[in-house]
Amino acid sequence: MSLKVFDGFKFAKLPTPIHMMDPRAKFTMTMGLFVAALMFSNIYALTIIFLVQLPIVYAAKTWKKWAGSMRAGLLFAFLIFAMNFVFGSTLVFSAAMTVRFVSLMSAFSLFFMTTSPDDLGLALEQAHVPYTLSFTFTTAVRLVPTMALDAQTVIDAQRSRGLELDKGNFMKRVRNYIPILIPLIVSAIRRSIELAEALESRGFGASPNRQPLIVLRMRLADYFVVATTIALAAFAIYVSLYVPLPSPDIPITMPKIIPWL
Amino acid sequence: MIRTEGLKYAYPNASEVLRGIDLTIEDGEFVAIMGENGAGKTTLVKTFNGLLLPTSGRVMIDGVNTRESSVAQLSKDVGLVFQNPDHQLFSEAVREELAFSLRNFGYGEDAIDRRVANILETLDLARYADSSPFILSGGERKRVALAAVLVWNPKHMILDEPTIGQDYDQKDRLRNFIVQLNTQGKTVIIITHDVEFVAECRPRIVLLSRGLVIGDGPAEDILSDEQLLERGSLTRPQIGALMHQLRDLGFSDRVIDAYSAQQAILHALKRRQ
Repeated sequence: MSLKVFDGFKFAKLPTPIHMMDPRAKFTMTMGLFVAALMFSNIYALTIIFLVQLPIVYAAKTWKKWAGSMRAGLLFAFLIFAMNFVFGSTLVFSAAMTVRFVSLMSAFSLFFMTTSPDDLGLALEQAHVPYTLSFTFTTAVRLVPTMALDAQTVIDAQRSRGLELDKGNFMKRVRNYIPILIPLIVSAIRRSIELAEALESRGFGASPNRQPLIVLRMRLADYFVVATTIALAAFAIYVSLYVPLPSPDIPITMPKIIPWL
Repeated sequence: MIRTEGLKYAYPNASEVLRGIDLTIEDGEFVAIMGENGAGKTTLVKTFNGLLLPTSGRVMIDGVNTRESSVAQLSKDVGLVFQNPDHQLFSEAVREELAFSLRNFGYGEDAIDRRVANILETLDLARYADSSPFILSGGERKRVALAAVLVWNPKHMILDEPTIGQDYDQKDRLRNFIVQLNTQGKTVIIITHDVEFVAECRPRIVLLSRGLVIGDGPAEDILSDEQLLERGSLTRPQIGALMHQLRDLGFSDRVIDAYSAQQAILHALKRRQ
């Protein structure tokens, strides 16, 4: 099993304009893409939302990792397509839902690849999110790569005990993941308890007024990104609500094999 | 027999961890793999059951190239006990935990019951048979993890850091148990930093540093070689250090365990009388 999907969410410091952008501007951009992707179910619009991201990925020089995470997401994309299609949606709608998933995954992968957890924490704090909450969030993000490593070790340990993940019918394969998930959850809980105890022993939350060392400042370019995103998102919402969009007319659906659907 | 030829391994997007290892471990040998953190010890043993396939060179297990077999197939002969038991325990009862691998390998229920009962007894776990492995202490969980591999009686046993988190008493028992396994004809390979443990067992030591074998020989040779110890980030075991201090009085600093030291001292005393 490949854990490459996590690589596409791992931050790496690079001197590109996307990496240097203010985390709040980047977050606005991601949210803009998120809202737009959820507003549309039209395949053309969703394809545009996906394509718009490609130049940004290129500018952030994260092409390879992004492609890796997209490849890793293919299985889920296929599942979404198959589920929609099997349960009675048209071919076009099923494809649209798949493109929506891919767009969302791409947008979030881009955000996490180019925003350091520290910046993210600072941004949340400056947005007056309570420190305990922002800390929880950044810790969760930071622990993803650690969890990915843990997951790989658990998989290795169980394979060494004769577990073959890709063997058996669909239900058996799902069941095969139980010996992976339980140790992973247990060790995550153990780790979080240890982390909490370690933090408290080091005086976490002792002083209510924290003074950050680094203060984030929005630059002109960041304001420009925020303004453009808001304008485009507003436009997207307007179009999705009031403008009828053309859609490819292919009324193919799955024959009804399950009578009660 | 476990044999590696020109074994190199690099993790994806990382530099080479194993940089050309030629190693032969005969059936029934007792080997300790030692070396600094990041030397490639765990990576090396993961190539023995096919979890990692060499980026170049090859690994042969009893004449079978690991590339031409599955992890499940290789694991029948090469049992690997991971360092942290929490990375593998998942069942509601210790008994079930032990039966898991046997089911994977296709044993019948009768054989499973027999083998599980047997191993529970051997590793002093019978009273926990129906307890959840998660409520056991760290040392007990480690024993369950060991039992979970021993239960299918693999020909070669590999233990990654077996002494971590064990008190002296448990360590002693573990040592006896490992030696016993070895005398029964099993190949036993341990990865460890624990020089005291190794000094008392006196296995063959394979010393790794930065992905290469820098020393390979009997424990008393490796653990008394000043240069090798330094390169491998190891220190002499306490008895070895004492004998080293006493070398001007005619003691050999190749003596590293309590029993041999006692013999050497008694011998010297007798001579003086």
